Amino acid sequence: MNNATHTSNEPLLVVNDLRVAYPARDGGMTEVVRGVSFSLGRERLGIVGESGSGKSQTGRAILGLTAPEGRISAKRLSFDGIDLLNCPPQQRRALRGGRIAMILQDPKFSLNPVMTIGKQIEETLLAHTKVSRAAAKKRSLSALESVSIDDPERVHRLYPHEVSGGMGQRAMIAMMLIAEPDMLIADEPTSALDVTVQLQVLSIMDKLVIDRGMGLIFVSHDLRLVSSFCDRILVMYAGKVVEELQAGGLAHAKHPYTRGLMACLPQLGKPVHPLATLDRQPEWAL
Amino acid sequence: MGAGSASVGLSVANLRVQYDGFVAVADTSFAVQPGESFGIVGESGSGKSTVLRAICGLAPKVAGTVQLTASAAASNPSNPSNAQPVAQAALPAPGSKAFRRLVQMVFQDPYGSLHPRQTVDRILAEPLAIHNVPDAEARIEKALDEVGLGSGFRFRYPHQLSGGQRQRIAIARALILEPQILLLDEPTSALDASVQAEVLNLLEDLRQRKGLTFIMVSHDLAVVTHLCERLMVMQRGKTVEMLASSDLAAHQVKDPYTQSLMLASEGFKRAAA
Repeated sequence: MNNATHTSNEPLLVVNDLRVAYPARDGGMTEVVRGVSFSLGRERLGIVGESGSGKSQTGRAILGLTAPEGRISAKRLSFDGIDLLNCPPQQRRALRGGRIAMILQDPKFSLNPVMTIGKQIEETLLAHTKVSRAAAKKRSLSALESVSIDDPERVHRLYPHEVSGGMGQRAMIAMMLIAEPDMLIADEPTSALDVTVQLQVLSIMDKLVIDRGMGLIFVSHDLRLVSSFCDRILVMYAGKVVEELQAGGLAHAKHPYTRGLMACLPQLGKPVHPLATLDRQPEWAL
Repeated sequence: MGAGSASVGLSVANLRVQYDGFVAVADTSFAVQPGESFGIVGESGSGKSTVLRAICGLAPKVAGTVQLTASAAASNPSNPSNAQPVAQAALPAPGSKAFRRLVQMVFQDPYGSLHPRQTVDRILAEPLAIHNVPDAEARIEKALDEVGLGSGFRFRYPHQLSGGQRQRIAIARALILEPQILLLDEPTSALDASVQAEVLNLLEDLRQRKGLTFIMVSHDLAVVTHLCERLMVMQRGKTVEMLASSDLAAHQVKDPYTQSLMLASEGFKRAAA
């Protein structure tokens, strides 16, 4: 039903000249996101950068989760034709968790510790759709099943501390997807997980994006992982997008920052001693 | 101390660590030659960090032995045939103060392993005070120099440092006692890629200069093969496979678990639809 409202002539999400600023100690404002522009269709977009590059702040600003002291401005920030910056808070709340969902980094800290996993998943559903409790339970069980959890009945009853990191992250994905969002923002969804579990979680997300035609923004510091997963990659440095790459186009990266970032990763079977280090040029941050 | 560089290795035999009923490490044995760099790989819960913690006495050992070893040549070049037992007896036993001075550890998270209310100076002075090492002033300056931070960092608090700088302080704290063996528990996993490269280069450089023996734990195969010559793969407390880094680089691994780890490290592969 959500898909019907979407008009196909405009991208799902349009971000034009997004800026996020926080008050600095000297009384001025420090811009952490400085004029980011991109648009998202029903595709997988990766945003890569190191800590402090503003990648998470970009994702949070789209969802409206910027800390209250932060100031957001943009020439245009619209989701499916809705102006996110000027729409009433009530409409924004309805979008958040309903049509736009976010997966956070560490399930240990982002799940409610005193609520069972099943209840948390149902909460999303009850907040955004009119369903009976019995129906909500049924749907939460099938959501758990869709993220490859073998025994949904058991996991439904468990508290977050009783499950492993990978299981918790899958539960969070189930929670975000149960309201059938059109767009998913995943902020380092697999960084807290083991490599083998990482791939399982990614393939679950991949399947859901393909099956449901969602737009996905995948925020990560892991250049190699993102390039193997996403259709398009934005590389951020000091609050700006320095380069946009197509999937698999990592080898053809032009910006010295992207190339430097690639070179400083140790590679299996290609030993380099000592590793190249990143020589940060002041003009990159201009 | 500097003269005896690269003279101490470590052997672990049938190590078993148990928490109540849960066996964290089951019968693990390995030997690290003096001056060698040895890696332990596995996913979380495989017991790799527990092995390190058991070596330095932070985890309870139920069974097994941890022993320092000396290379025959280094301890007595004139008579290598019976040098081993003599050197063996002279080496400190695990748990003793002398052992702790020889074996130092660097922890995973530089945000958690430094005291937030102590200055760098005080953090570095503490091990010296514990071991009654004279000349604290000069040693602190030298330790900061060695990890590439000037003495300008000496009176800062950890919150005034970046993640990479903090990890350098943690390395300086371990090195200030001039240990022979460094236990590294995921030293770069909390750091950005470019900072990781800097810390890895620093560790490699220090090992060459000081002839240190490394035992490094990581979940990142590329990082381990970069720094280590040999590695052990662990799963659920058990040793799965022992291999040389060159085998791993050439994709010559036998165990299916190691193969799955290797595959996973190559990134996401979409199943052909």
